[in-house]
Amino acid sequence: MSICADHGRRLGLIVNPVAGLGGRVGLKGSDGAAIQQQALRLGAVPQSLHRAAQVLERLKPIKDELMLYTYPAEMGEEAAKRCGLDHTVIGSIVAGQTTAADTARAAREMQRLGVDLLLFAGGDGTARDIIDAIDDTLLVLGIPTGVKMQSAVFAVSPISAGDLTLASLQGRIRREREAEVMDIDEDALRQGIVTAKLYGYLRVPHEDRLVQGAKTPSSGRDKAAMETIALQIIDHMEDEPLYIVGPGTTTRAILSKLGLDKTLIGVDVVWKDKLLASDVNEAQLLNLLEGRTSRIIVTPIGGQGYLFGRGNQQISPKIIKQVGKANIIVVATPEKMDALRGRPFLVDTGDPETDRWLSGYTRVVCGYGEYSIYKISYAGEN
Amino acid sequence: MQSITEKRYTDGRPNLRRFHQAKWDEPIIFELSNPGERGILPPPIEDGIRDAVGDVASALPDMLRRKTPLDLPEMAQPQVVRHYMRLSQENLGLDLNIDIGQGTCTMKYSPKINEQLARTPQITELHPLQPEETVQGILEIMYKFEQILKEISGLDRFSLQLGAGSAAIYAAASIIRAYHAARGDTGQRDEIITTIFSHPSDAACAKTAGFNVITLYPDDDGYPDLNALKEAVSERTAGLMTANPEDTGIFNPRIAEFVDVVHKAGGLCFYDQANANGVLGITRARKAGFDLCHFNLHKTFSTPHGCGGPGAGALGVIEALSPFLPTPVVAYAGNRYYLDHNRPQSIGKVRAFYGVAGNVLRAYAWVMSLGAEGLMEVSKTAVLNNNYLLKKMLEIPGVSAPYAKGKWRIEQVRYSWEKLCKETGVHSEEIGLRAADFGVHYWTSHHPFIVPEPCTLEPTESFSKADLDEYVEILKHVAHEAYTDSDRVKTAPHNSTVHRTDQAPFDDPSQWAITWRAYLKKTERGKKG
Repeated sequence: MSICADHGRRLGLIVNPVAGLGGRVGLKGSDGAAIQQQALRLGAVPQSLHRAAQVLERLKPIKDELMLYTYPAEMGEEAAKRCGLDHTVIGSIVAGQTTAADTARAAREMQRLGVDLLLFAGGDGTARDIIDAIDDTLLVLGIPTGVKMQSAVFAVSPISAGDLTLASLQGRIRREREAEVMDIDEDALRQGIVTAKLYGYLRVPHEDRLVQGAKTPSSGRDKAAMETIALQIIDHMEDEPLYIVGPGTTTRAILSKLGLDKTLIGVDVVWKDKLLASDVNEAQLLNLLEGRTSRIIVTPIGGQGYLFGRGNQQISPKIIKQVGKANIIVVATPEKMDALRGRPFLVDTGDPETDRWLSGYTRVVCGYGEYSIYKISYAGEN
Repeated sequence: MQSITEKRYTDGRPNLRRFHQAKWDEPIIFELSNPGERGILPPPIEDGIRDAVGDVASALPDMLRRKTPLDLPEMAQPQVVRHYMRLSQENLGLDLNIDIGQGTCTMKYSPKINEQLARTPQITELHPLQPEETVQGILEIMYKFEQILKEISGLDRFSLQLGAGSAAIYAAASIIRAYHAARGDTGQRDEIITTIFSHPSDAACAKTAGFNVITLYPDDDGYPDLNALKEAVSERTAGLMTANPEDTGIFNPRIAEFVDVVHKAGGLCFYDQANANGVLGITRARKAGFDLCHFNLHKTFSTPHGCGGPGAGALGVIEALSPFLPTPVVAYAGNRYYLDHNRPQSIGKVRAFYGVAGNVLRAYAWVMSLGAEGLMEVSKTAVLNNNYLLKKMLEIPGVSAPYAKGKWRIEQVRYSWEKLCKETGVHSEEIGLRAADFGVHYWTSHHPFIVPEPCTLEPTESFSKADLDEYVEILKHVAHEAYTDSDRVKTAPHNSTVHRTDQAPFDDPSQWAITWRAYLKKTERGKKG
């Protein structure tokens, strides 16, 4: 790709007007009309319009070239108007009664329009609605607005979302990363049970901010690290054991090196360099393990650090126990480790005894012949 | 007549310095080449000589003779001088600014008198292939400087052969391997342990020397994690390679326990003292039980850095490891100094000949001008400067000093502008670039990229309180601008030669070249392709 190529200036904006409503009033989330009504009764103030406007403010340097597509009224039009940006409103909604279906429809239409970047203000629920609606060729970025933000698709703040959007539209950032879309079952959470699911990956613009101006060259170090991790794992694979491979892009790199297809959000089983089973559940795993030695290869969820219990519940306490602690191989790129900012890995398998047993320190494969010793904590520790 | 001095103050406080860098739009020297132009015209060989000797060049064997002329720029002397003077003005080096923003690099003043010494013909005209009896002077200085380093570290033997800090660290890793090999432990002990905030060369050099590397992260209090170390050691442990203080300026208070754990596991311990500026005369590698240590003469010992002159490293070991030191070492026979090449267990040469003589001389002169008490004073002043700066920096809104909260630091601090960035969208490197508008600079930091929006400041002992106050005032001013006029910061620098560089092409090797020859090759290939 030429460095001087024309950069896209077509931006889609979807605001989920109810995202974040449940947060300040302690409702753990805002999924569903009933909860949204309850939040409003409790005095919740919508966050998303204000935050979306903060992002758009940062785009003023390119306002003359910007082609902004958005949905009516509170789903984006108001934010664009507030900032005085020219925009095209598409679609239709029933103002004051928007639903997840509106978000999904908006995302689909914007992909059809060929936007260069789709910006959405919302939380995990909104990200899920979008991932269901579009294919993975569309570049997406989340403005953090929701209550739950387990997903890694969000910028750290509206301001940084604005700067990232600007840089991406100006073609100053050409790197992308695949970021996890996670969501927690809110009803279960209100009962005190955390069940998080990995829904998939969205492509987000990636500014490797931290390596700029440094002594270190930055040639896609995360990708390179995945490659070397894959080589390390493959060079040390043994013949006998089954390898239970958890979800993630780091584990996918291992299977790609073996020429195997990885279920990105599921668990696969590898034996003697061949795919024995794909996207297995707990029962299938238990069946396969019968009378065999095995290893588990897992990578923590980006930004969250969950090793077990988020997105890989198929690898249940029973299976973890059967495989044995010494046979768990943790892989993570240095970039992923650094992004945890010193927070430990977490386990939340649903069985407190297993969690306690897993906690302590683990060795992490970070590259070829490169390891870290990293702490594992369990929910409720300290 | 108006007072000159008064104009420099507002309300009793000094104004920020006004600065504008020179801009010459100077071509690359190869572009300035003018065929036939010469800097020196040697006189033609006189007829009588030619008749007697013949064609001098033909005396050389054919294989040694160049078939095509050297492709060098053809220029007269004044053009060359002007070219480099202009480039030097487009710079912001140590001798021009309050250079405390290059944390971990220990940018201290290199005394000019030591430069004069190093540039005397007695040094510059030396050749490493001269017979030993004709270089007794520099050998004596090397030998005596080794005695000084032994005193500072408590270790037993030093090699001054290493051309840089990382060369010394690489040599240390090689010695660790040689030691285990000598005990028949080669294949087994293949792991080096380090900490994430140690000098990154520790991990890199261990890896280059063929080891697997295990990195420890800080504990909950921000100190190197002793329990993680206990998890890491095993019968595979070859050694520990760690800095102290780490690059955060935090001193590991349990360093003796660290060394003990590794020794009990059968490993050796290497103390990375690339930057020993806060601990001269205060701690000794030997005292904490280390088996090896190294110093960068171009950091702690005031010689110019690699970018401004050659670097130099010094590697020290305990007696038991001295047979493995790079060969040769400088020795003394009671009446003469000599190079001892007879070292069968040595790891060999890490660099040609026996050291960066000019820098050893500079470092020796620096130490001798200070004396033992002076060296300790260096460290005390560097630590005092750093903690004064820490206190002043933390008064600036939006900045913090992560890890070991509330504790004083040794010689440097890795700050974070995370709060300011969240609130204003201004990133750390943009603050550094805006600072350049006032004639100072900083770089953010090197690996690991854990501290968000980092900035590593190291004031050393060279800078006065007034210097530090000026530097803090500049950063305070820039931080204030970030909150009130962030565009001014985000579009900085405004007063520099080059305002912004597009860093994206660095990812694509076809778009950059670091030498003229590489540039020609790459553009040629571009034409063909």
